[in-house]
Amino acid sequence: MSDVVIVDYGAGNTRSVRAAITHVGKSSEVSADPWTIANAPYVVLPGVGSARSAMAHLDETGASTALRERFTANAPTLGICLGLQLALESSEEDGGVACLGLVPGNVVRLEAERVPRLGWAVVEPWGEAYYFAHSFVAQSPATIATSDGLSVAVQSGSFLGVQFHPEKSGDAGLEFLGQCLSLV
Amino acid sequence: MPLPRLIPCLDVANGRVVKGVSFVGLRDVGDPVELAAYYSAGGADELVFLDIAATPEESETMTSVVADVADVLEIPFTVGGGVRSVRDASRIIESGADRVSLNSAALADPTLITDIADRYGSQAVVVAIDAGDGVVHTHGGRVATSTPTLAWAVEAAERGAGEILLTSIRQDGKRTGFDLELTAAVRALVRIPVIASGGAGSARHIADALRITDAALIASIVHENPSGLPGLRREIEGLGVQLRPTKERA
Repeated sequence: MSDVVIVDYGAGNTRSVRAAITHVGKSSEVSADPWTIANAPYVVLPGVGSARSAMAHLDETGASTALRERFTANAPTLGICLGLQLALESSEEDGGVACLGLVPGNVVRLEAERVPRLGWAVVEPWGEAYYFAHSFVAQSPATIATSDGLSVAVQSGSFLGVQFHPEKSGDAGLEFLGQCLSLV
Repeated sequence: MPLPRLIPCLDVANGRVVKGVSFVGLRDVGDPVELAAYYSAGGADELVFLDIAATPEESETMTSVVADVADVLEIPFTVGGGVRSVRDASRIIESGADRVSLNSAALADPTLITDIADRYGSQAVVVAIDAGDGVVHTHGGRVATSTPTLAWAVEAAERGAGEILLTSIRQDGKRTGFDLELTAAVRALVRIPVIASGGAGSARHIADALRITDAALIASIVHENPSGLPGLRREIEGLGVQLRPTKERA
């Protein structure tokens, strides 16, 4: 099995995530298979598409159960963008969607001067700028980092979620991803 | 607010970068992959690839360019030109692009904006507007339509566009500065980010645009001297506009 399994939920672009993982020296594969997801050394839940269709797909393939099993077994998972949001209890997107519930809190529509919130922004307390592209945001007591006062990273047990795209954030993003994957 | 973005735009035809890139330091200035990596290393915040040939036969070539670029680029990029259907958008996004840019196809059928946004999110849909004399133009700015620029910008945002790429036909290629009045007028009417385009001739022009809007598209100013991008960023910052901190490799 590869070092990293990227969860396939039927919505497009996993290419950039794979390229970034290769760049930091790890092998990866894209899979929707529950056994593979449950037993992978490291799992990335990427961020494309909408909450409703993503959850429907995860439930249909059994990936939801596999992600919960990993969480219970304390196996590491990184959620990126929508992948972070799916780990919370529920999302306001698409009229309300029940999510995985790995992380306490909910996802709400972003109230900002411009939505979508697009571009590079500094994340505190880490002090680096990363690339964001989102219209929804987490509200969670498990928040470990913020940007413009918004929750942009959450951690609960073995699950780490980031609202930014490390695979699109240049050297800073690769460094972040490298640190996450140093676990495997 | 996120930091203002500097976005080099590359014109591509038949899989090659065309027009205006002159630089001896690159092995192959026509190779979109090499140039994209070079600009990324030089501190570009994002890139736009515009398929200026955009014939149906050419779409496969563009798809493979997109995939090759996605394999080396660790910054976001948008692909425009020849996106006429959800299927075209899927092909490009699933090959690794972050966003597609719609122009005349959205004008002909505005529901296309909503259809792509529903599938991939608003952040994946840029609506490009070529504006002149108060109205939207098509065919690379040559043909005036009867659609008012401001009304179209508002409609595009309402239908789900995540960003507007606003090109002033009057200023495009002149290198005498962006059309700040037009940019400010559009930005005041929408709640999505706006990229100013057309007219960048100096760091001051870019700084002036970035003070009033979210991003600036640049072409000849950087293609004439790709190694000058880090210096251009420093000049813009020297004028008081904070850009993202980069670790220079170029």
